[in-house]
Amino acid sequence: MKKNIKLVLFIPLIIGATGCANLGVEPWERDLLAKDEMSLNASPIDVALDDHIYFSKEASSGGKGFGGGGCGCN
Amino acid sequence: MKTKTKTKTEKTNIKAALTLATAALLGTSNLAQANTVSTDSAQESTWEFDSAFLFYSEVDRVSAGEAIFNAKKTFANDEILNLKLTVDALTGASASGAVAQPEVQTFTRPSGKGQYDIAAGEVPLDDTFQDTRVQLNAQWTQPIAPNYTASGGVHISKEYDYLSLGINGNLAFDFDRKNSTFSAGFSFFQDTFTPEGGIPKPFSSMLIGDSSSPTWDNDFTETRIGSEDTKTTIDILLGFTQVINRRMITQFNYSYSMVDGYLTDPFKIISVVNGSTGLTQDNIYESRPDSRVKQSIYAQSLYHFDSTVLDVSYRYMWDDWEITSHTLDTRFRIPLGDSFGTESYIQPHFRFYQQSAAEFYQPFLIDGDALPTYASADYRIGEMTTFTVGLKYGLLVNNGHDLSFRLEYYRQTPTDAGFDEPGALQEVDLYPTIDAIIAQITYSF
Repeated sequence: MKKNIKLVLFIPLIIGATGCANLGVEPWERDLLAKDEMSLNASPIDVALDDHIYFSKEASSGGKGFGGGGCGCN
Repeated sequence: MKTKTKTKTEKTNIKAALTLATAALLGTSNLAQANTVSTDSAQESTWEFDSAFLFYSEVDRVSAGEAIFNAKKTFANDEILNLKLTVDALTGASASGAVAQPEVQTFTRPSGKGQYDIAAGEVPLDDTFQDTRVQLNAQWTQPIAPNYTASGGVHISKEYDYLSLGINGNLAFDFDRKNSTFSAGFSFFQDTFTPEGGIPKPFSSMLIGDSSSPTWDNDFTETRIGSEDTKTTIDILLGFTQVINRRMITQFNYSYSMVDGYLTDPFKIISVVNGSTGLTQDNIYESRPDSRVKQSIYAQSLYHFDSTVLDVSYRYMWDDWEITSHTLDTRFRIPLGDSFGTESYIQPHFRFYQQSAAEFYQPFLIDGDALPTYASADYRIGEMTTFTVGLKYGLLVNNGHDLSFRLEYYRQTPTDAGFDEPGALQEVDLYPTIDAIIAQITYSF
């Protein structure tokens, strides 16, 4: 089951890495992608604060960025 | 000299910015004045600032306040300097790991100085938690060759009883018209823990009795193995970002994290109960392995509808403590246009998290049974489901500065991973839910 989940998640990665010809945009088609809210890390401050909360309250950390040490809260 | 002048300008800007940030955090009493200063210095400045204050409060337990001030300077040649200051303070009660009992229980504080009572039927909480932390981060990012971007940073965090030092590095490679990016990063942390009262001897009994007796200090020291311990964390992060089309971008990460050293929580204990009555016979200090290897995969997608933006991410984590977890996080940004006289948006947020228990997690131990190699009753490594629902409201204020408010509700529901509960333990709540409120104000300029 776990292996299947991992496999399913990696399929898009493999498709992406092999460079499907239909993916991507030309530089003049980046009007929407250029918006702040389309950034993969649109609210870094919110993310930093959330990471700190969940790092100290749950057994998982990182994933989006580094999940390493940093405080004695866990 | 040119460099010197530049440094001086930067200092002036920071001063102006700090005035603004203080105003933003303390209220708005001085905003007008701060804005004047900001305009004066804005001519040569490409600094961007974010300031935020977060309040976190659990019902009957911990409350925390955290302030962040972030300054980012983008230079003409795309070099970026990012400086971040974080200050937080925490106070309140935290679960000790012991089980509730049908009678009053007495526990010794982690410092060994003093004791406290927990009423019958109540979850044992140690209310001595209090800490203040200051954290500094500096990050430098720059292009090093066409399509290659490198980044390096340092981290220092200091609490009363904890010191954390860290470095990180990252290299990113763009290709296919910058529609695809591979990145590889590493980070290293060295942490030193100097807990109040020292490091307890694993599985030694918590000393209970007359703390004013002449032999108390000696007896307490017997339960300790030192005053401090360390741990190191090495993280490796591999990422791939792909623009799908004009409306969609995705990211996939794999991370590997290796933690070595002192991973036990010196403040946590485990109740040793009678196998038939369920009554506590002893409370012993917990013990965890001295290494942990965590891995995770993370996927995120953003999709731009006509005007709204959907942000969905999923993380699957697994480690050699046999903890696995699923995290689903979604945000949906809805622009409100100028309906309130200024451009604004709302953003609902939903997060779901579920974890399985560590192999050595035990809510209690049975008296007379052989001690396991490791055991912890810390609910944070037990089976648990949590969810967060929240709403953010953001608006553009004068000069295009962003002001936003966020209010969220967080609930943790620890669950029974299949432990038989003898006697009295069936009458008490071994897996209490925890409710918390998260409130945040952010001002970016």
